[in-house]
Amino acid sequence: MLHVKNLAASIGDAEILKGLDLAVGAGEVHAIMGPNGSGKSTFAHALAGREGYEISGEAVLDGVDLLDLEPEERAAAGVFLGFQYPVEIPGVNNMYFLRTALNSVRRARGDDEISARDFLSVANEAMELVEMKEGFLNRSVNAGFSGGEKKRNEILQMAVMQPRLAVLDETDSGLDIDALRVVANGVNSLRGPERSMIVITHYQRLLDYIKPDFVHVLVNGRIVDSGDHTLALHLEEHGYADYVDAASLSGAPA
Amino acid sequence: MSETMQGIEELVDASYEYGFSTDLDTDIAPPGLDEDTVRLISAKKNEPEWLLEWRLKAFAAWQEMEEPDWAKLEIAPIDYQAISYWAAPKQKPQLESMDDVDPEIREMFDKLGIPLHEQKMLSNVAIDAVVDSVSVTTTFKETLAEAGVIFCSFSEAVHEHPELVREHLGSVVPVRDNFFAALNSAVFSDGSFCYIPKGVRCPMELSTYFRINSMNTGQFERTLIVAEDDSHVSYLEGCTAPQRDENQLHAAVVELVAKDRAEIKYSTVQNWYPGDENGVGGIYNFVTKRGRAHTDAKISWTQVETGSSITWKYPSVILQGDRSVGEFYSVALSSKHQQADTGTKMVHIGADTTSTIISKGISAAKGQNTYRGLVKMLRSAENARNYTQCDSLLIGKECGAHTVPYIEVKNPSAQVEHEASTSTVGEDQLYYCRQRGMNEEDAMAMIVNGFCREVFDELPMEFAVEAQRLLSVSLEGSVG
Repeated sequence: MLHVKNLAASIGDAEILKGLDLAVGAGEVHAIMGPNGSGKSTFAHALAGREGYEISGEAVLDGVDLLDLEPEERAAAGVFLGFQYPVEIPGVNNMYFLRTALNSVRRARGDDEISARDFLSVANEAMELVEMKEGFLNRSVNAGFSGGEKKRNEILQMAVMQPRLAVLDETDSGLDIDALRVVANGVNSLRGPERSMIVITHYQRLLDYIKPDFVHVLVNGRIVDSGDHTLALHLEEHGYADYVDAASLSGAPA
Repeated sequence: MSETMQGIEELVDASYEYGFSTDLDTDIAPPGLDEDTVRLISAKKNEPEWLLEWRLKAFAAWQEMEEPDWAKLEIAPIDYQAISYWAAPKQKPQLESMDDVDPEIREMFDKLGIPLHEQKMLSNVAIDAVVDSVSVTTTFKETLAEAGVIFCSFSEAVHEHPELVREHLGSVVPVRDNFFAALNSAVFSDGSFCYIPKGVRCPMELSTYFRINSMNTGQFERTLIVAEDDSHVSYLEGCTAPQRDENQLHAAVVELVAKDRAEIKYSTVQNWYPGDENGVGGIYNFVTKRGRAHTDAKISWTQVETGSSITWKYPSVILQGDRSVGEFYSVALSSKHQQADTGTKMVHIGADTTSTIISKGISAAKGQNTYRGLVKMLRSAENARNYTQCDSLLIGKECGAHTVPYIEVKNPSAQVEHEASTSTVGEDQLYYCRQRGMNEEDAMAMIVNGFCREVFDELPMEFAVEAQRLLSVSLEGSVG
């Protein structure tokens, strides 16, 4: 599925990712944890194609190097990014936005556009998944949404888009415990043998709900440790201090 | 500048799809303006003496007036003697039916997407087609006549309904109102006239389509709409012009009279040629639009202004009768080197009058967009209310948005609210849309259309679709 090799990203003189390697198999859920400023969000945006970074290395999804593609081409290739801070688009109906997004991706893949009727049933199913009330789809995209509603909307979009690779960037931040449960349920029900997920989080809390197959520790732009979900529990107890110290040592000039 | 911002600026480098011109056999007066020109126009139109005198009075007034310079517009000097004030496609003097419309003119309108064959038309819109200075045809006249509605060219109204024209012409916009209104009053050539009798709800939308075709001519049309007590009409106006290197002058006057409990809804999609990306060519658009609302009457202006290199336009409402209502919904887009200074005037005279102003200004490329609006509450305007909202959207880094509200309140019970905001189309919004699979152009169009939503919601259905498309086209270009 996804093979990331020696991925580096910088803005100006600041190196943020310094040679990141990661392999994600079909159907797997990988959690990426790390302290503030370690490069977690940059990794997510590097995969999604945000402009403004100097990027090198490889990120191959199903045989295609994502780094060669525009953001919308990556979306068509099956990449979905759940934003940490979903963007507000005033005046644009949430339903219209979703349908335009889905049809853009379908067109890019050479598929027919979805009919209004079929779309409605897809959207309604997704609404149930994230326990949103009717009327949610008729509001403007994220405009005036609470933090929890914005995050639920991201999961709703993911459910509609049915991506190959979902990257969820701190989807748990700013959620109360009920919203966290809803979001996690949504994510869990979208797990499947054809879909891989990368879940980026600060806290082990989310991983009580979404049980990852693998946990990676990202420190100072590199993955410094990997393990199963027990690694997250270890981190919860001991923090990142050991890794940060080790990283600063290994980062010293040779 | 990041790649995205460059991308945005390329996006606004649009092409103008109505820039073709049609070879019509045209009757054109030599350039220049003096009393004889005014007499010539009047004679060409076979006008009654009172109208000629009215024109001459306007011309005398105009000669003493100065071109206004208070707007935030940089305009190359206009040589009023270099313009031709009369241009008309030559045609048979009397049209028996739509089939008699000059095939070349019909083809021109087909190309503009406005078929003049009634059987091909949208069944609920009657159209008056104006080319250069004259009305070439009006559709659905008979259907309208059955309801008692008069919808015809202005010239025809002068001959067929002189008493109505004489009573209302200049009653809302007097000849001395301003420089361009005076000029229009002296040399106006044609336009549309509508009359809705007492208690009648006009059975279809009325529409005038203006097309400038000839070179070096000015277009000066005049529209007069009279809605009698308890009547209702919705009127649409569209405009395009060929792509030419010279600037062309368009100075129109629109007068609306809404009598007691009448309602007039006036919608404009203005897409005159805006000039090229270097600021060469384009229409100078100086328009005076005003309505008078009597007791319990309502006048609503909705405009989508995407064309012209210069726009100077302030559709206004005189809220004369008690409880009368005035509305102004506007989207103005300035891209390339376009400059727009536009807004409204709401003059509250009657008690319990209310007005609403929603203005959406979009500036892109090197465009400059100014909202200029006056809310005036006279001493008699007991409990009058106004709500104004001015939002500006900036696309790119070389454009400008300006807001100049004037508020004059002479009655302490009046309430005036003003809200203003300025925002940019952010890289983060575009990125978000693109991550969901949309290309940059579609994303931009979606974001800008969302910004204009409140205004588009006011437009009749067909026009709303057209306006959205127009906005997308005006913002589209080569994506880098």
